[in-house]
Amino acid sequence: MARDLSILIVEEDAARARQIIDALIDAGWNDVHALAQTSALERAIKMHDPDIVLIDVANPDRDTLEHLSLISGTKTRPVAMFVDQTDDDLTQAALAAGVSAYVVDGLQMNRIKPVLETAIARFQIMRQMQSELDAAKRALEDRKTLDRAKGILMRQRGMSEDEAYKLIRKTAMDQGRKVIDVAQALVTAADLLS
Amino acid sequence: MSLTVLNCGYVPLVDCAPLIIAKELGFAAEEGLELCLVQQPSWSALRDMLALGHLDAAQMLSPMPIAMSLGLGGLTAKIDALMVLSVNGTVFGMSKEVAQSLQAPAFGDAYALRRQLGEAGLGTLRVGVPFHYAMHRLLLSYWMKDQSDLAIEVVAIPPPRMADAIAEDRVDAFWVGEPWGSTAVMRGVADLGLTGRDIWAFAPEKVLAARNDWITENPQTVRRLMRAVYQSARWLDQARNKPLAVEILARSEHLNLAPDLIDPAISGQITPRQGASPVAVERFLMFHKQAAHFPWRSQAAWIAAELGADAAQIAQAKLCFRSDLYRQNLAPIGVDMPGASEKIEGHMRHETAVASSRGHMILGPDAFFDGKTFDFSGDT
Repeated sequence: MARDLSILIVEEDAARARQIIDALIDAGWNDVHALAQTSALERAIKMHDPDIVLIDVANPDRDTLEHLSLISGTKTRPVAMFVDQTDDDLTQAALAAGVSAYVVDGLQMNRIKPVLETAIARFQIMRQMQSELDAAKRALEDRKTLDRAKGILMRQRGMSEDEAYKLIRKTAMDQGRKVIDVAQALVTAADLLS
Repeated sequence: MSLTVLNCGYVPLVDCAPLIIAKELGFAAEEGLELCLVQQPSWSALRDMLALGHLDAAQMLSPMPIAMSLGLGGLTAKIDALMVLSVNGTVFGMSKEVAQSLQAPAFGDAYALRRQLGEAGLGTLRVGVPFHYAMHRLLLSYWMKDQSDLAIEVVAIPPPRMADAIAEDRVDAFWVGEPWGSTAVMRGVADLGLTGRDIWAFAPEKVLAARNDWITENPQTVRRLMRAVYQSARWLDQARNKPLAVEILARSEHLNLAPDLIDPAISGQITPRQGASPVAVERFLMFHKQAAHFPWRSQAAWIAAELGADAAQIAQAKLCFRSDLYRQNLAPIGVDMPGASEKIEGHMRHETAVASSRGHMILGPDAFFDGKTFDFSGDT
């Protein structure tokens, strides 16, 4: 199959943009460009004349892109968000993965579908990596907070680290709260009093 | 009693107040609804989520359901407006540079400002608006229709970035909803020239929208939602509630805005320039008074006509504004109903008493700045 579509990716994060480009190039599309800033969107669309524009569903710049596609007044620019009523699964999968696609009028489904499927797969991987990263960061933050809370009890009440942790845990259980919430409250209170 | 969960999309602007108040003050819960407010990053995203069934209802810019139902661009879907969520509430502002090239036209003088913008030799005025299918853009193009000395280039920019866009010289002016106009003034990067009501005294700004098929399939939920929003809008428009409303909106997790940014729109005290005294703008933003939430068929027709619709499309657009459901669902709880569902848009220059089911409805003014009137009654 000839993979001669021109694809433009609007993505602020350079690392993310590179991942999507790589995924598409690996799958055989060569004419792939990324754009970080929508302030240059109009120029980029004129220059690359894309058949498909891919943008994160949550990107606030989508409204700018839509306006451009609506005022361009030509059939050769991406005009509408891709929604295919005959392939609702694909549309829903795109939405769930966080991809929105704008395609030129009349572009055939069998040419759009593989692009979207590749993008969806890549977005899913990135989303999973992001949530793992967020979870790791949160765990690290929680650990720091708990250490500080224990430190406060050890200093103020002359407890051992183990006793301090047990007291926090018991308080949490008695109050039906999470250990981290009790630790956070303790740290906040100590900050206010110091 | 277990509550019916209803997912409702919104964009964090001051005029989503009826939804936040319906939730926070329990008007929704009283109707048996658990109103889940789901913040959206853009109007495009909100539209997709509603059309594809991830939201049950949403706050929308008033032209959106019409554009979607008529298939004018973006995404085609049968979307209706159950009621109007807010009337007016937008501002037109200019960069300091543009403002200084004018001879200080009076705040709100649409004619003087238009003439002076034309005479300033600017060539092209780049104007930021939030979205293509927005009342902001329609009011701008209506205002500038006969102005030949100035080319208007419309740029869509997310409202929270409007002040940045003008500071970075990406636009010369903007038409935006609050608090983003006042934000630009506070930052000292823009002066305000007009408010939306200076072009059209009674412009439907946001609507409560839902999918046509969902509305048909969930008549009870629709009725409860409309009643809850009605009670909320009524509470919001009582003068004595306004300070408390600002407080609740500022504290709400749904808006994340400081009270001094929310206050101008709710109180109608608009500061046009940094350092100037606030100006009391009557009817700056309305939720309830003058039957603000009534979805007039003729409002839908005006919007469709401005979007370039033909007679058949205008007739179709009228059906998107569900005055039938408004009557059916709100009359039983004693809400006053106007005698007709269409009016001659722009006809009322002053407050006008009209026939209504309870005999005492005051409407208007709804005049356009140029005095034109629009009668769409022959189009159906």
